[in-house]
Amino acid sequence: MADFLLELLSEEIPARMQAKASADFARLFEARIGEAGLSAVKIETFATPRRLALIARGLPAETEKVREERKGPRADAPEAAIAGFLRSTGLAREQLEEREDKKGGRTLFAVVERPGRSALSVLAEAIPEIVRDFPWPKSMRWGEASSSTSSLRWVRPLQGILALLGEEMVPFDVGGVRSGAATVGHRFHHPGAITIGSAQDYVEKLRACHVILDPAERRRIIADGAARAAAEAGVTLVEDEGLLHENAGLTEWPVPLLGSFDPAFLDVPREVIQLTMRTNQKYFACTDREGRLAPNFVCVANIEPSDGGAGVVDGNRKVLAARLADARFFWEQDLKVPLEAQAAKLSGIVFHEQLGSIGDKALRIEKLAGWMVERRLIDLQRRRPAREGAWAVPGMSDEERVALAKQVRTAARLAKADLLTQMVGEFPELQGVIGGYLARAQGQGDAVADAVRDHYKPVGQQDEVPESPVTVAVALADKIDTLAAFFAIDEKPSGSRDPFALRRAALGVLQIITRRGLRLPLRDVLIQAAVLVKLSRLGALSSATFPNLSVDVEGEHEITAEVGSFTYRCGGTVVVRWDSASTPLLERGRFIEEARDVEEELFAFFIDRLKVQQRDAGVRHDLIDAVFALRAEEDLIRLLDRVQALQAFVETEEGADLLAGYKRAANILKKEGWEGQGRDVFFSYEPEDDETALDSALDRAEPAVAEALKREDFADAMAILSSLRTPIDRFFDNVTVNDPDPEKRKTRLILLARIRSAVHRVADFSRIEG
Amino acid sequence: MASNPPSFQKLILTLHDYWSERGCVILQPYDMEMGAGTFHTATTLRALGPDPWNAAFVQPCRRPTDGRYGENPNRLQHYYQYQVILKPSPPDLQQLYLGSLAAIGIDFTKHDIRFVEDDWESPTLGAWGLGWEVWCDGMEVTQFTYFQQMGGFDCRPVSGELTYGLERLAMYVQNKDSVYDLDFNGRGVTYGDVFLENEREMSAWNFEVADTERLFDQFRKAAAECENCLGADLPIPAYEQAIKASHIFNLLNARGVISVAERQAYIGRVRDLAKGACQAWMEKNGWLA
Repeated sequence: MADFLLELLSEEIPARMQAKASADFARLFEARIGEAGLSAVKIETFATPRRLALIARGLPAETEKVREERKGPRADAPEAAIAGFLRSTGLAREQLEEREDKKGGRTLFAVVERPGRSALSVLAEAIPEIVRDFPWPKSMRWGEASSSTSSLRWVRPLQGILALLGEEMVPFDVGGVRSGAATVGHRFHHPGAITIGSAQDYVEKLRACHVILDPAERRRIIADGAARAAAEAGVTLVEDEGLLHENAGLTEWPVPLLGSFDPAFLDVPREVIQLTMRTNQKYFACTDREGRLAPNFVCVANIEPSDGGAGVVDGNRKVLAARLADARFFWEQDLKVPLEAQAAKLSGIVFHEQLGSIGDKALRIEKLAGWMVERRLIDLQRRRPAREGAWAVPGMSDEERVALAKQVRTAARLAKADLLTQMVGEFPELQGVIGGYLARAQGQGDAVADAVRDHYKPVGQQDEVPESPVTVAVALADKIDTLAAFFAIDEKPSGSRDPFALRRAALGVLQIITRRGLRLPLRDVLIQAAVLVKLSRLGALSSATFPNLSVDVEGEHEITAEVGSFTYRCGGTVVVRWDSASTPLLERGRFIEEARDVEEELFAFFIDRLKVQQRDAGVRHDLIDAVFALRAEEDLIRLLDRVQALQAFVETEEGADLLAGYKRAANILKKEGWEGQGRDVFFSYEPEDDETALDSALDRAEPAVAEALKREDFADAMAILSSLRTPIDRFFDNVTVNDPDPEKRKTRLILLARIRSAVHRVADFSRIEG
Repeated sequence: MASNPPSFQKLILTLHDYWSERGCVILQPYDMEMGAGTFHTATTLRALGPDPWNAAFVQPCRRPTDGRYGENPNRLQHYYQYQVILKPSPPDLQQLYLGSLAAIGIDFTKHDIRFVEDDWESPTLGAWGLGWEVWCDGMEVTQFTYFQQMGGFDCRPVSGELTYGLERLAMYVQNKDSVYDLDFNGRGVTYGDVFLENEREMSAWNFEVADTERLFDQFRKAAAECENCLGADLPIPAYEQAIKASHIFNLLNARGVISVAERQAYIGRVRDLAKGACQAWMEKNGWLA
């Protein structure tokens, strides 16, 4: 048994590639030597900026010997067949074995015994292959050899290979680099060659030459040192796992150093300072006792400076000052331009080539969000007091609603304006944040400024969900518009392809609706969004207006715009109505159909996403189906309440019993091909007691269930239904449905259909699994 | 830092000496406006084909959008790059480079030198390479690149390119906070004495005054002239017209008259011109077979 040490020394490997390279290195090594019949007790790999290292513990000195048998032709086969077999095995006729076969003939066998190969030769063969096939995300050619495009590729020029099995050098050559027994230490502290004895002294010899091989140890040194340096200066380090990894990937001998910058720069938004420090300079930020950003930074040097670090810190301070000066220049420039003026220029920025400009999008958001507020879709929870944590503004007066709509329109108009600022040009990830700062600095109130800042939220499952009504309205409208727009041009997500992050947008909408308890008629909103997108694509958006909805006729919605003259009714509700004689009838029909198609696809997409979202929260998808099958419920809060009550119910004994009774009734009806609804029965014969008992139980239960549903008390509705289980059980025990008398049989089937209808008021139990 | 740090011009002379001793042809700047030293024919065209080539030169660079009217201590619309190209890339290129930093007085026991990933790509030249930005105490002082492709052609062999930001390096070694305070000649002339007024006037022209109609016209004419040269099998003049078009595009961009949508189309147009010149150069030298 021996330990194998391999180090691939190169010019600096990008920090972000090191972790994966380490893992790939171990995996490839194990697989490649495994194919040759070798295996190690343990394989460890390490990466620094300049080296990939592998230590395989407990390799055997040689591979197992292998005995290989190959069956050939029959002994009496034609000469040519036997000659062919000899050629392919490389053996002579007399080296073959003859064995009796099942049919009584004799068959030739070649038996080859391969002696074990030395681990040394296996490695000398395997390593060059691993190097040549290494899956770097990007690799390059270099030097004289690069006159040919087939020369060795590596992430950066490969400088040396250290390969020792035990204490013995493993000799090989790859792309002109010869293996050896030496490496180098730290680039500046110990640039000369170091001879390594074996895997045993490798790590410690490197350490003596200012190289910490293990990235985990380097991360520890950085984390501890940075926290200590901050504490000594009376500030707190802002921990950042990503920066920790990156700095560990940039250093072989990390030395965290604290510096400071001119507090005057703290006028620039904190996010900008932190982002500049993080992405451009890889510095850690610090906060003061109150949690405010402190004028300090921690950089991580790759040397132990002979002057204690004063020079390094001063150099870094200057670089940061220059960057912050530039950031402040952008910030001051941006402050001078009113957001309204920036917003006016959004019509020059393409949103998508088929979907017009961002200016168009902003206008759609403004109209949709304003409409939602005026329709009272997001200003109060209807019929039911707010649940814990649910958001609502109950009892909002008309004046308040008009004021809210005004704020929402302002916020929607300004929401995208920061895309034109220099700051967002430099730091695209600060979209929204910069707009929020500018809106506030330019005199907008908190509600509008917060909405501008937060309207992209939530981005993903962990992100915070907007709370204030203005933000909720703009955030919803923005996401719904994005969905309606891309669905309208048939850019739907499929498989892993979702280039416009539509699944995330839909999840964002669902998070807002469910977390804030919004009673939103979703289909209604979706069709408005689809209509606005259509109008926008027809170039008629700016002329589109809504009637004054604060004095609306309940249940009627309309948009007017100067593109045509058509009216669209959706279930008795006017959704679009506008005026002009210029559009021919035919197009009118197609327009409405297209908007409706978009709405239908989008609604199905939402329900799909809802199932995914709820599955993660432990809600059974079959129960969502069971409730949804009754009617395409667009109020997702009511849908989920119903599903939750149903889930709680079917998990009780009463629920299970009722489900069993229901299934028995439904199965008989199905077998009999009975499609009819349940209705009141008239007994033309002398009914049995359990028939009348079931009939009167149903008479009592049905109106009570209806009444409970009206109150949206789903638990009560189910409790009432469960009162049916005893009459149902007794009916099945004592009454024969399939009576020879056709009158009796028919009456009893009607009774069963009544059971099914009563249960279906709550959910389609046939879709419940188990 | 050395007690007597080099002046701006001494820095250039030191680099000239250093790279001259290592076999480089010391060239003078290309006499046209360009956004980076890479545009010099000694880099682009010489990076193509099999012939060895080692050269070093200063190249003035013009980046109209970086103008700050002389008010920002670090950003200029005109500045200098020191450019070294070594083909094929020598095996000890990093050591050679570090030797040049030592020559201008950077002490590696006190200052933190880092090679930080920075892949280089020039959409207007159809070129890319892998390498780093070299940091000295957190300041990017050099772009270090192994060219993999130029003008859409594989580099065979690969060249190593070093691009030093001379003003930054000088600010660093002279310990100055503003580029305008740099000691230019070691005898009292500052960088500001030489260039401050240029920055003010050129920023005003770039951002406010340049006549965009005339610029659009010049762009069209340069592009047409490039095609004319390509038709006459003259890759070098064709390439010059491509550089000219590229600079005019940068000016139009600074004037804010090119929309986001048009931007890609303009870059594509310049790239086609530059690639056409590279292609003609390859053909003329018989390297395409």
